Amino acid sequence: MLMSGRATGAERSFDWATIGPWLRDRGVYVAFGVMLVFNLVFTENFASVITLYNLLIQVTPVLLCSLGLALVIGTEGIDLSVGSIMALSSAAVPLYLGYGWPAALAIALLVGAFAGAINGSLVAFAGIQPIIATLALLVAGRGLAQIFTSGQLLTVSDPVVLALGQARPFGIPAPVIVAAVAVLVVAFLMKRTTFGRYVVAIGGNRSASYLSGHPVRRTLLAVYIISGLLAAVAGIVATARLSASDPSNIGVLIELSAITAVVVGGTPLSGGRVRLAGTVMGALLMQLILTTFISNNLPFTLAQVLTAGIILVAVYVQRGRGAA
Amino acid sequence: MATGQARTSEKGTPAGEGGLSRREQFFALLQRRGAIVVLLIVVAVASVRFDSFLTARNLENVALQSAFLGLIVVGATFVIISGGIDLSVGSLLALGGVLAALMVPVSWVLAVLVPVAVCGLIGCGQGLLIAKARMAPFIVTLAGLLGIRGLALALAGEQPIGIENDSPFVWFGQGQIFGLTTPIVFMIVAFALGALVLTRTRYGQAIFAIGGSEESARLMGIPVERTKIVAYTTSGALSGFAGALLAASLAAGQPVAGAGWELDAISAVVVGGTLLTGGAGTLSGSFAGVLLLGILQNLINQLGTLGSYTQQLVSGVFLISVVLVQAYLTRKQRS
Repeated sequence: MLMSGRATGAERSFDWATIGPWLRDRGVYVAFGVMLVFNLVFTENFASVITLYNLLIQVTPVLLCSLGLALVIGTEGIDLSVGSIMALSSAAVPLYLGYGWPAALAIALLVGAFAGAINGSLVAFAGIQPIIATLALLVAGRGLAQIFTSGQLLTVSDPVVLALGQARPFGIPAPVIVAAVAVLVVAFLMKRTTFGRYVVAIGGNRSASYLSGHPVRRTLLAVYIISGLLAAVAGIVATARLSASDPSNIGVLIELSAITAVVVGGTPLSGGRVRLAGTVMGALLMQLILTTFISNNLPFTLAQVLTAGIILVAVYVQRGRGAA
Repeated sequence: MATGQARTSEKGTPAGEGGLSRREQFFALLQRRGAIVVLLIVVAVASVRFDSFLTARNLENVALQSAFLGLIVVGATFVIISGGIDLSVGSLLALGGVLAALMVPVSWVLAVLVPVAVCGLIGCGQGLLIAKARMAPFIVTLAGLLGIRGLALALAGEQPIGIENDSPFVWFGQGQIFGLTTPIVFMIVAFALGALVLTRTRYGQAIFAIGGSEESARLMGIPVERTKIVAYTTSGALSGFAGALLAASLAAGQPVAGAGWELDAISAVVVGGTLLTGGAGTLSGSFAGVLLLGILQNLINQLGTLGSYTQQLVSGVFLISVVLVQAYLTRKQRS
């Protein structure tokens, strides 16, 4: 009895030794697989292209924001302002459509980049903690966006802008293409450029990175600008899907979903490592959970509780990673 | 206070010179007491500019609106000085209010005790995950923010729960003690008790020590884990209590109450001169921070022409200005 108990105990600890690290890295894929199987069994009409596209379209804003956040978190920072930047860029679209759609889109992107530059300057040059620097813009940005539009919903009818949210070139929804391009660009930046190396180095050990002659401040500034730009793209796509700019509602609380996606995807909050594939998977997982609850008529509130549980489990299995 | 000063001087003179120069002392004082100075200036300007500002009624209004956030800020100050952060306070406030409203038909005693106990327990659970399992406070309490809000909504059936106006429980939100509305008195008592604990007890010193350097605190034999768990438990219990008071004040348990309050609480603490890096701060500063936010809101309401959008803009710009000045002053001290 005692012997067998010990044996299984030993076996278990042996299993955990190998499963633990594997789960750490691939847990999000396992969770996604489980949700997928659950849906295939229980949700009617789940296995269809429409469901897939809906999932991908709905996840686009969160995905775009979480890509930027993955880089920011990789530098041991955080960007709470992505939702407000979405609102700001969204507000810029109808306001400048009078000058034509290229001007409107360019200004919307510029607004995002500028907002990101404010965040980045505060973090990189003024030495303010990322959470506080971006908290200020989270609060002020939405207020500013609402002032721009007088707190009203402004409709957008420009066909080119709307196409970004509603067109289907080759049968693939435009937001999905935008998201895919963003993923590829960010992946290229992280895997194939020195910039990507610097991001990880700064997150790993900022002083060491500085002493190695890395352009720490410039890299930090760039990271926050990229995050702002991606949030602006998310704002444009959301506006195009809605056919309107609604600064009071666009991107509200999206920072939380995006941070969740990044963390669940295996990027530690302590920086020094960026997992882009995991981030994409994390965003898809969160959206799939929501879709599952909605299509099975389960209460939305339970989805929130489940999400909280998933965050805790994900971070629990990744514990101690930051120190290594 | 004493520890706060010692820590600042430590940071101020890394080379290890003995005393601080008068200049450095001035900047250090300005950083720690800046909120109170700004508060006095704002009050002075507002009194001159608005006749209706310096009336007992308006001041009580400001105090009452700040009271609920104030209770939360007491706990948040402890947590932030210890080097942590608590994002779950807004959701805990909502849960506290819902629990209070659910308990009123049973007994008014339970309506006060259950929110405090349940939210304290949840805070304790978060503290355990942070202290024992060494998970990042930001993430644990972020999960708390989401999960607890879901719980509050589910418990309330996504509807506000009304409270009978003749229940003795309503006194906790609308009654009077010494001529002041009850929540104001509770807030003042909480700040006074908190300041006493923070500056005059071993526990308070442990909070400062952990925020300054967790490793050193551990090596000095300070019970790091227990101290942290107590801090998060206090934060949770105070949020729950604030929720109960708010429910009594509104005569309803609102499951959507307190959304975004975690950020207001952090703003108030930071404006009050407490460093988010931990190890330094005062409750009197946080008190000034809470009142400043309340007065700003009050003034914007009085102006009337400015919408709630402007209020957000002003709060955000105000926060970043204060933080920039703080960063500047800290750098001055160092150079």
